[in-house]
Amino acid sequence: MTMTMRPPERLLFEGADWDFSTLQRIHDACEEIALGELGLDVYPNQIEVITSEQMLDAYSSTGMPLFYRHWSFGKHFAHHETFYRRGMRDLAYEIVINSSPCISYLMEENTATMQTLVTAHAAFGHNHFFKNNYLFKLWTDAEGILDYLDFAKGYITRCEERYGEAVVERTLDAAHALMSHGVHRYAGKTTIDLRQEEKRQQERRAHEEQIFNDLWRTVPVGKARKAGDSGLEKRRAALGLPQDNILYFLEKSAPRLQPWQREILRIVRHVAQYFHPQRQTKVMNEGTATFVHYQIMNRLHERGQISDGNFLEFLKSHANVVFQPSYDDRRFSGFNPYALGFAMMQDIERIVTTPTEEDRAWFPDIAGRGDAMAVLRDIWANYRDESFISQFLSPNLIRQLRLFHLYDDPEQTEGVLVSAIHNERGYLRIRRQLSREYDIGWTDPAIDIVDVDLAGDRRLLLQHIVMNGCYLQEADMKLVLQHLADLWGYDVLLQEIDDSNIVAREHTASPRKIIQ
Amino acid sequence: MHIVDRRLNPRGKSLENRQRFLRRMKGAVQQAVKRSLQNRNIRDVLDGGEISLPIDGMAEPNLRRGDGGIRDHILPGNRAFVEGDILPRPPGGKGGKPKDAGEGDGEDGFRFVLTREEFLDVFLDDLELPDLAKRRLAETEEETPFRAGYSVSGSPSNIAVGRTTRLAMMRRVALHRPRREEIEALQRQIEECEDDESRLALEAKLKSLTEKSRRIPYIDPLDVRYRRFENEPKPVAKAVMFCLMDVSGSMSEHMKDLAKRFYLLLYLFLSKRYKKVEIVFIRHTDKAEEVDEETFFYGPATGGTLVSSALAAMRAIIAARFDPAEWNIYGAQASDGDNAHSDGNLSGQLLREILPLCQYFAYIEVGEEGGDSSVSRSPLWMLYDGIRSELQPLSMRKVCRRNEIFPVFHDLFQKRDAQSKVTP
Repeated sequence: MTMTMRPPERLLFEGADWDFSTLQRIHDACEEIALGELGLDVYPNQIEVITSEQMLDAYSSTGMPLFYRHWSFGKHFAHHETFYRRGMRDLAYEIVINSSPCISYLMEENTATMQTLVTAHAAFGHNHFFKNNYLFKLWTDAEGILDYLDFAKGYITRCEERYGEAVVERTLDAAHALMSHGVHRYAGKTTIDLRQEEKRQQERRAHEEQIFNDLWRTVPVGKARKAGDSGLEKRRAALGLPQDNILYFLEKSAPRLQPWQREILRIVRHVAQYFHPQRQTKVMNEGTATFVHYQIMNRLHERGQISDGNFLEFLKSHANVVFQPSYDDRRFSGFNPYALGFAMMQDIERIVTTPTEEDRAWFPDIAGRGDAMAVLRDIWANYRDESFISQFLSPNLIRQLRLFHLYDDPEQTEGVLVSAIHNERGYLRIRRQLSREYDIGWTDPAIDIVDVDLAGDRRLLLQHIVMNGCYLQEADMKLVLQHLADLWGYDVLLQEIDDSNIVAREHTASPRKIIQ
Repeated sequence: MHIVDRRLNPRGKSLENRQRFLRRMKGAVQQAVKRSLQNRNIRDVLDGGEISLPIDGMAEPNLRRGDGGIRDHILPGNRAFVEGDILPRPPGGKGGKPKDAGEGDGEDGFRFVLTREEFLDVFLDDLELPDLAKRRLAETEEETPFRAGYSVSGSPSNIAVGRTTRLAMMRRVALHRPRREEIEALQRQIEECEDDESRLALEAKLKSLTEKSRRIPYIDPLDVRYRRFENEPKPVAKAVMFCLMDVSGSMSEHMKDLAKRFYLLLYLFLSKRYKKVEIVFIRHTDKAEEVDEETFFYGPATGGTLVSSALAAMRAIIAARFDPAEWNIYGAQASDGDNAHSDGNLSGQLLREILPLCQYFAYIEVGEEGGDSSVSRSPLWMLYDGIRSELQPLSMRKVCRRNEIFPVFHDLFQKRDAQSKVTP
């Protein structure tokens, strides 16, 4: 309680107005608490003040400050703008970019209190998470991303000039359709260095062309020779099959693509890979940022740097952000990652500082450890949503949120079974199930490229392993398959393999020759 | 820490993206409009309506799981349930409630309702009257006068009476010009007056009033205003479209329906595109009559068939009202191809006279539903086919089904290159 002994400091600002020196004071005050008291470790900060239109712009190009041009970003702009203009949706308060320096956007319309909140949330909360979480360390290159995007933008513009907008657009359309299947899910490569990408592009291209051509130069003659098992294995090994990174496979092996088209696939793949950790850490990332801004704002208020009125304004925004409607509420649309993440962070803090007997039994490692921030920093660095929830969702929080588990089996005609609720028998099952819902490996359909008919018609064979009878959404899948066939240049066959290992559904597509 | 003020950066960073999106959307809307017409009634076309964009125009598909299969949901806010409860599924819905967040978020944001005008704009976008710039008319400019307020000078024929009397009245009221009733009342008082002294006073008053009314005229040149006109030069292409429709007894209801649909499209197209195109409606049985639009499309009629009557009427109207040296003349004729045998020569002769006057003449032959729309052996078809080989510009098509109307129409009036001749 030594803090309260200090003389109250001067208010950072009064009322709602701010100017650039206010922003500087706000940042410095937040930094003092974030680094000094919370022990955070962040990339250098860059704060950019933008207008609401620029915020819409940034939204529409997946939050990146510079991006190649494509109509779909225009579509998203129109979409967001419609909602925004009709007043149906607020703009996000902030966008923050995983780069070094870490760029946080502040909207000019925000009040001084909101700017403080956003600075604490983005410039320190998200920033710390980006810099320290193992997934981001492994898969993203914060130093290189802006340069790489600049290269990508320039490269695609040059392609448009040389080969025409239409064909570049179609290539991008096709690549975007496969974007969710354009990431390496398992580590094992060397660390990402996007800065080297541009330099290596030329020589890599030349080299791969050589290797690649050998594979395809053999034109089938006469009847296909009967390939034995050893032939099949050899072929699959040569092509690197099975492969779940469809974009990667096409980039390396699609026989008909131009070199520049391969580079475009590579760009889209790099972007997908860059965002992959964000998909896996939504709850943790927002939970961390929300927890950090809550700590910082409270400390600022305690230290007398924010007036009571402004603090109330903050509490109102904060309550909106972490609001979680019940399943039967009209506003319910799934879990709010801010709410769940923040609740879990607070719960962990409670377990570490004032544990109950139950907490000691469930969390022997952290219960009563005393230093909440140290425990949290460790968690932030070493988990993703799935493992985080499966480790740290406590019975206390399950009761508090009154979670329950519905088991919906179409075979069961009577209705939906309530298979677990927030009681002793249910805690583990609810925790396991909820963590599974955040496991991308579980929620994304598992699709592998398994074979290419090299001796025959070069048909590409993909398999979808169907789990629990969930087949692919058909309308979309057909469109994606068409894009895939266009890129591959030959027929494509997708088999859906059900639980009993039988091909239950088959879909085919033939190329339209609009990309070549 | 850096603070950067980006607000003054060039605006509209995503402008290019938005333009690309709009271009793509426009193409998609056009496709959708065209397609919607295959299944639609002309009446609906007039009302505009909802257009769903084709899915591959705007879609950004990805691979994801569809509905069905075994599902698990973790939900917050349980109040009443205990383990083992079975909740009935909501009626009608497949799969269990509540639905997953983020599912089913499709293209619904991109459904459009087009107004009639927008629909027609898109619908008729690539159609054009062939060879509109005829002969010397391309460069001709005509001065069209348009109203440009009032002026204090001008020719007597342009006096703005209302404005002038209004100004006069304002002036009379302002200057207290004595009214006629006032003077008449005074005169009556003088006549009735017996007292000399007061009569003198009244007469003096009368004198001053009459003098005043002479000094302040009823209408002053100052009051007069003239309507002012200014001339605006306008390039004009005078064009007239003759619509010839066979309404004889041999035309079945289906054929009449087809013909009317064709003309409705033509009428829409012309009235939408060319403010200056005159349209002459001629319908004929064994005699022809020029009718108004309403009668042409909706008036009932039946009788024998003499195609020559319509062609003769067209020739007469051209001679009377549309000098071929000044007018672009178009003809569109719809018929079932039936004609009295004796009328063949006369019709042929008339058509040979008319065609050289025309920029373009389209003949559509309507057939019974299920008929063969590729060939025709009707007397009129054979006759016109013969003439086509010797004389341009005549186009012929045969239509049997409703959904062929638009494609044929589109075909007949599609934009052509300036140079290319009209070929059937």
